[in-house]
Amino acid sequence: MSLTVDEVRHVARLARLALSDDELEALRGQLADILAYAEKVGEVAVDGVPATSHAYPLANVLREDQPRPSLAAEDAISSAPQAEDGRFHVPRIVGEQA
Amino acid sequence: MSVDLVTRTAAELRDQMSAGEVSAVEVVGAHLARARAVDTEINAFLKLMDEQALDHAADIDRRRAAGEALGPLAGVPLALKDILATAGIETTCGSRILEHYRPNYDATAVQRLRAADAVVIGKTNMDEFAMGSSTENSAFGPTRNPWDTDRVPGGSSGGSTAAVAAFAAPLGIGTDTGGSIRQPAALCGLVGMKPTYGRVSRYGLIAFASSLDQVGPIARSVTDAALLHSAIAGPDPLDSTSIPTPAEDVMASLDRGLDGLRVGVVAEFMGEGMAEGVRARVTEAIARMEKLGAEVVDVSLPHVSYGVPAYYLIAPSECSSNLSRYDGVRYGMRVDGDTAEQMMARTRAAGFGAEVKRRIMVGTYALSAGYYDAYYAQAQRVRTLISRDFSKAYERCDILVSATSPTTAFPLGEKTADPLAMYLNDIYTIPSNLAGAPALSLPVGLDDQGLPVGLQIMAPVLAEPVLFQAARALEADLGFDPTPRGPNAVTAPS
Amino acid sequence: MSAPAIEQAREYEAVIGLEVHVELATRTKMFCGCAIDFGGDPNTRTCPICLGQPGTLPVVNRSAVEHAIRLGLALGCSISPSSQFHRKNYFYPDMPKNYQISQYDVPICVGGELEVTADAGARRVGITRVHMEEDTGKSLHVGVSGRIHGAEYSLIDYNRAGIPLLEIVSEPDIRSADEARAYLSELRAIVLALGISDAKLEEGSMRCDANISLRPVGHTVFGTRVEVKNMNSLRSLGRAITFEIARQAEVLRSGEPVVQETRHWNEDAGATSTLRVKEEVDDYRYFPDPDLVPVEPAAEWIEQIRARLPELPAAARARLVDRRGLAPAQADVLVGAGLHRLLDAAVAEGAPPIEAANWLANEVTAWCAENGVDPASAPLQGEDLAELVALVRDGTLSSKLARQVLVDVLEGKGGPREIVAQRGLEQISDTGALQAAVDQAIEQAPDAAEQVRAGNDKAIGALVGAVMRATGGKANPQMVNQLLRQRLTGG
Ligand SMILES: [Mg+2]
Ligand SMILES: [Zn+2]
Repeated sequence: MSLTVDEVRHVARLARLALSDDELEALRGQLADILAYAEKVGEVAVDGVPATSHAYPLANVLREDQPRPSLAAEDAISSAPQAEDGRFHVPRIVGEQA
Repeated sequence: MSVDLVTRTAAELRDQMSAGEVSAVEVVGAHLARARAVDTEINAFLKLMDEQALDHAADIDRRRAAGEALGPLAGVPLALKDILATAGIETTCGSRILEHYRPNYDATAVQRLRAADAVVIGKTNMDEFAMGSSTENSAFGPTRNPWDTDRVPGGSSGGSTAAVAAFAAPLGIGTDTGGSIRQPAALCGLVGMKPTYGRVSRYGLIAFASSLDQVGPIARSVTDAALLHSAIAGPDPLDSTSIPTPAEDVMASLDRGLDGLRVGVVAEFMGEGMAEGVRARVTEAIARMEKLGAEVVDVSLPHVSYGVPAYYLIAPSECSSNLSRYDGVRYGMRVDGDTAEQMMARTRAAGFGAEVKRRIMVGTYALSAGYYDAYYAQAQRVRTLISRDFSKAYERCDILVSATSPTTAFPLGEKTADPLAMYLNDIYTIPSNLAGAPALSLPVGLDDQGLPVGLQIMAPVLAEPVLFQAARALEADLGFDPTPRGPNAVTAPS
Repeated sequence: MSAPAIEQAREYEAVIGLEVHVELATRTKMFCGCAIDFGGDPNTRTCPICLGQPGTLPVVNRSAVEHAIRLGLALGCSISPSSQFHRKNYFYPDMPKNYQISQYDVPICVGGELEVTADAGARRVGITRVHMEEDTGKSLHVGVSGRIHGAEYSLIDYNRAGIPLLEIVSEPDIRSADEARAYLSELRAIVLALGISDAKLEEGSMRCDANISLRPVGHTVFGTRVEVKNMNSLRSLGRAITFEIARQAEVLRSGEPVVQETRHWNEDAGATSTLRVKEEVDDYRYFPDPDLVPVEPAAEWIEQIRARLPELPAAARARLVDRRGLAPAQADVLVGAGLHRLLDAAVAEGAPPIEAANWLANEVTAWCAENGVDPASAPLQGEDLAELVALVRDGTLSSKLARQVLVDVLEGKGGPREIVAQRGLEQISDTGALQAAVDQAIEQAPDAAEQVRAGNDKAIGALVGAVMRATGGKANPQMVNQLLRQRLTGG
């Protein structure tokens, strides 16, 4: 298991982490070690074995379509780092969504 | 007086208060004072809520005086892990990125605690976003082990655990994704329990790995842990993964003893990698259980060695998605940038600590194009095999036992440089998270360095009652004293 | 297919697939209890859940699932016995969690079809899937341009975030702009008939993206496809596809390859332009949302829903032609406008179908257009229409006056009979009342009268007109004619 710095940089972009070259280089080794260890799961024969995400099987957990109170306008944006006219402020958005 | 109060269990305090021997204000005041005194040594609390707590206590005293019916934990102080949302009160998850963040809602577990009239005295320290086994990953400084302040309390619920161990509160709330309640409980000589996945609502529990996270109790006695579990367990319409049936009664069977219980010793958990002091106490404890009438059998969990690898694919994958919301737009920290993307990337790079970034990177890679089947999907199948291993073992026994952690408390800084070594702390606890089954850590003595050793007791899904029953019987027989002692121990209550 | 083949081809065939998003008209959002009502102040229809606050969890809205099943059944899809929600991970400021909860490999509805009729005739368009997902918030771009490009910063309103969406993906079975329009309007008619969305393309409660590629006629391999976005009406969908087909044909004829990209339709420019080229495929890191459990609709539930399905447009058109004797074109108009329910109501009140249909297809539709009212919700009762038609039939109203009465009814001034009474519009058909007016007309126009007597029949028109004027148009023209003849020719 080995990774190039460019691969690590690509993952950092996907994860929206502005990492320094030193961080990228350090992570290159750490990711490789962790993934090499995790890849042990590949040794197990799992043909025909279903995936489990929840031990207690549930289905059809549905909510009735009944309105519940929303937040007051000031509460909705009370934690915003920056807001304007009741809206959340962000720097200019470049390009289309992913 | 206050010495007396802080060393009492929750059950004792509850009885004293209902008998009118002491007021909630006195009880809460004594614990707040103790918390202030010890926190300089252990840094267990991120926030002490003196005012709210004393007001709450006064209100409970008033209601008691007025003859109102009170909850089962009326006036009992509690230390709350800072991973649970509390309306209007800072909830940081041990992270810079949420410093000063005040939720505008309460976690369901917090509402249940209020309904039980427990009094939250503070929010406790933790590894950032619960990622760690030593509480050294907190953005607000490490918590120290009351038994030896040069050592870690374990983690990620190290703050709640250290607070309870240091007598700052009789009860603590933790969360457990891979061992984050049980391992610190073991390292601090306490009882810590991870319920069945879905037994306690996750609503308001800030997600690390959604399919593994559970809220659970930390206490100095099995009875207190059972009381606290009873207060928080049960269905919740706000959590789609919450189990809809009423919570099992864990109090009724508490004193039924071990006689006739079949106890399975997991062969894979008795192998190398376990410290001798731990092995010695665990072996003795198993022998005691046999003396107390339990039938001890050897069992095997063939796939359990793949638990940690599977965990380190599943948990980072889920966390990489769960932590995407911290982007500097709606709440929390922001580092500015020319574009929205730059602002987000800078905010996240500055707001998250090294371990969190590492796991986000691992998870993002594991889920990215082409790797899903080999990593996440494969790990989820391995998870199925581990659950099947447990089911098979439970055909021959009622509970399983092992050490909770391969070692006792280790010195601060010893494992921070080596992520994989740190991950192996949870080798015995992770399988229960993967299987969604309940497990409890019980203190069973000290190693030759005078540090607590924990025995892990595991039970099938929703078999919490037998878990507490077995733990209570062994606890009564061993009579473990939870008072931290030794050259570097935290100052005793005075 | 090989490049030379493209270059040499003269005739190209368009291969088109549509992705349509429909905002569901549920009372609350997909995963939280926030009420859905538009025009609220920014972020006043939000809660900790739809703002993606730490620790919050989604719970699925039962009505949204029911709406999805209804549309699936209407499109002849099979309903998955167990479908799942995934997380589609990508960062964008209008998405509170930076992932969209959507369905991925197991959508709730799969494999339906929709028959559409266009100039080229009828065509069955396959429906690949219908899946549930959540909508995003809205960004207000602040700056000189007011558009995303050149904006200084953006302001986000999450009122729309979490509103339930259905995404309907068609097979690439569509071959022309005309068929694409027909497909979208038929899908819209079905959605309206089901009452699961107001499906307004102009307002974005129904959105359509088109995947368009060309291949030489006769080839079976697909060419490089281009995704076109931002068509906000049936008309712009047609224009955009027509433009894009021509553009790609030109590129191919010049020997260039078509670039795989997403293009933006600009209504004013009447052209598409590059939005973003897909160097690397998007990496959405889909995985099953661990906060949610599978949706497994019981067979009984599905059958209940099927039993309660309303009449669908195709069936309605057929019925109007076969049972009501309408012309197919008129049946199209009425069903397309959602006016067939009003027709049924009027007929139930005794109105003759054809006449009632004419009033709806002409007067009512025109009035709705003028007043910007959705015909489907025209303020008219079946009994009013039946009454109006009856008043014309029994001679009480001339069709000219009947139009005025209809407008009054549509403006809510009352029922036809009331209005006729209020305004005294009854046609004058009684001899006594008309005789005086007839005599006066003859007096005032002696020459005309003389010509009629002399046998010039045409001349009577002037006299009839005079009587009609004198009676404010209320005189019954046939009777006026009759009386004039009696007086002048004794006939
Ligand atoms: Mg979509
Ligand atoms: Zn909401």
